[in-house]
This record gives sequence, C-alpha cells and structure tokens, in this order.
Amino acid sequence: MSEDTGIWTYAITEDGHLSGPDGEVDLSWVTGVGEAKVRIITCSGLTALVSDVSLAEFGEGALRENLENLDWLDEVAREHHYVIDAAARLFPLLPVRLATVYSGDAAVCAALAEHNGQLFDALGRVGGRVEWGVKAYPAQEPEAAPESGKPESDKAGPAPPAGNLAGGGAGEDAGPGGGAGLAYLKRRRAQLTAARETKATAVNAAQAVHADLTAKATDTRLYPAQSAQLSGVRQPMLLNAAYLLDPGDSVTFTAAVAGLATAHRELRIELTGPWPPYSFAGDDDGH
Amino acid sequence: MAAGNSPMPGAGAAQRYGSGNGAATSGGRQPTNLGDILERVLDKGLVIAGDIQVNLLDIELLTIKLRLVIASLDTAREVGINWWENDPWLSADAGRRALPGKSARGEVDDGDAAGRLREENRRLRGRIRALESGR
Repeated sequence: MSEDTGIWTYAITEDGHLSGPDGEVDLSWVTGVGEAKVRIITCSGLTALVSDVSLAEFGEGALRENLENLDWLDEVAREHHYVIDAAARLFPLLPVRLATVYSGDAAVCAALAEHNGQLFDALGRVGGRVEWGVKAYPAQEPEAAPESGKPESDKAGPAPPAGNLAGGGAGEDAGPGGGAGLAYLKRRRAQLTAARETKATAVNAAQAVHADLTAKATDTRLYPAQSAQLSGVRQPMLLNAAYLLDPGDSVTFTAAVAGLATAHRELRIELTGPWPPYSFAGDDDGH
Repeated sequence: MAAGNSPMPGAGAAQRYGSGNGAATSGGRQPTNLGDILERVLDKGLVIAGDIQVNLLDIELLTIKLRLVIASLDTAREVGINWWENDPWLSADAGRRALPGKSARGEVDDGDAAGRLREENRRLRGRIRALESGR
C-alpha cells in the first residue's frame, strides 16, 4: 500500500453473506468516497467494504479540516451513505461510522480480529434489519386569531402598545379608559394561552406517537431535535426517532405511522426510510 | 449526488403527513435531508477506531460540533423536551463519562480532555447562537 493511500471503511458483514448459490456478490458497480471503486477485505470470517482514499484529502490532518467544511461533509456523507445503502439492499451489514480510515489491508484485518466477537454480536442483533426515521412537528403555527369578517388581511395584527405585555394583568381592571390597548392585551394574552395549549397538546401527542411506535419496533433510538436550518421546517421538532424493524414489518409499521398521522391532526409527521440500521450498529450505551 | 443514482426508491426519502406550512409538499418524495444522514453516519454507526484517522478524541469533538449544528437545543427546551439531558455528550459531565473506554487506543488525559471538550462545547454553542440570531 502506498504511503499516500488509506483505506476508507463503509460497512462490515459476515463473510458468508457475500456468496450465494450463483457466486459472490458483485460490488464493482458501486463507487464510494472520491469516486473510488468499492472492494472487499475478508479476514477472521468477516468482510469489510472499503475503498482506497488519498491521504492528502482523507488523512488525519486533512480530515480534521475537511470535516469542518459543511459542503465537503455533505458530499462525503452522501457518498458514504450511498455505498452502505446499496450494499444493505444486498446483504445484512453493520454500517461503520464516517471517517474510519486504516493505513492498509493489514490494519483492517487487525481491527476485524480485535473486535471479532463484538462485530458478530452486532451483526446478529441488527444485520438485515432496517430502520425508519420518524419526526414530528406541530402541524401549524397557531393562527393569529383573525378578526371576524377579514380572515386573511391584517395578518400582523395591530402594533403592540408600548410597555410590558407581562404587565397586562394589571391593566385589565383599568376601567373603560383601557380602550384599544386593553383589547389588544386581552387578545394577545388569549393568543399566548392558546399557543401554549397547542404546544402542550402537540408535545403530548408526539410522546404518544413515540410510545405507540416503540411498541411495534425491535429497538428505538432518540435523536436530538434538528435545527430549523437542517430540517427545513420552521416549527420546532418535537420528535426525532429511529425504529429498528425486521424488514417484513416495514409495511405494518409505515401503515401505523400513517394511521397515527391521521389520528393526530395536531402533528405533522415525517417518515424517512428504510435506512440501513445505522442507529443501532454501535453499542450505544448513551441511550 | 451519488444517492440520486440509487437503483431503488432511495433510503431516507421522506414521506410527510399532516398539514404543513405552505412550502411543504404533502406526501411527495423529499430529497434526503443532510441532517438525517449526518446524524446517522457521524453520530451513530459502528465505532471501530481506524489507525489513520483523526484520533478518537478529535472524532468525538467533531461529533459534538455536529450535534450542536444538528440539535436545536433552545427550541426544544422551549417546548419542554429535554430527554437528551441525560445524554453524556450534551450534559455537563460529557467528557468524563463518554471519552474513556471506547477504544483500546484512547490513551488521552481524561481530565484535561473533558475540560477542553467543555470549553470547546461552550464556545461552539455561543457561535451557533450568534449565527442563528443573525438570520
């Protein structure tokens, strides 16, 4: 192996999964990170899906810098995912975390040998299973309580009077002198109360959805909510979860999600998948 | 890019249910969201240390940075979901609990590493807050 080349690792599978009655699985059509051909390294009964990468771009120093570059990361993450996703359709595997790079085939073999027991355990646990991602948001921002007769106009509402809204309670009994300001405060407070209740209802509904889906899944992982920038949705993400399933259960599961979406109009539910079992490949004692 | 060449309906294609804001297509295929991919390929996935790679401590640092990008902690707190506060990565004791023992190669000075992690974490939070409020 050249000193300028490293081995990028995508996934690990059992040696036996790669061969069938008609011969070995062909992966030569799959290109990986940096357009490199994917190849396999087999040792200790396990097979790693790898490709060669230039250390000028993927060596330790370069990686540290490149991983900070969201455009670079976007492209590499998608390339990494593409290989894992394509292979996971062909045989059971364990996805390996992004940026796992070895100095050569021998180093990959050493890792497969060192973690042999753990890898076989994990393959038995998640290999061949799929994960589905479910996210939930409040269905809508509460409408700004339209004035009767003019539903669309005046969306922004009247400008708030100067002063502290939180002090509105004191003004309530201020008598007829309150006028438009008082009416505004009352309306505003009603809006805030309604918004709070809507929010609480949505949070409870998201928890109910999660409990329901957890009961249907082999395993579950919760992710932190994504920022609006990444989710592309303005509303706060109330649930971001992954569910591990036998592939045969996907139909039932997705139907259940659709049913929950119908039952919980207060939520907007987003389903992604099927994914390779990323979220369940590690020991993950964190959750 | 490559994901678009997937021979079958792509993993991660999103199906949206329920009323959304006007911009959302209802029930259509969505391109796979980068956040969904990143949280899977970087945050999860099997961890077996490569011998050439950002060393383990740095990888964990990157994970935290990414989480901070991905997670919208303040928004989530506002609606009262805080389940990740038990998550070693996001709690105050992050470094101590999570860093050691993940790999045979993790020969780092744990106390020092935890301190630096916390400092880095704090700094990044500030930066992200500044970025988000600048929109």
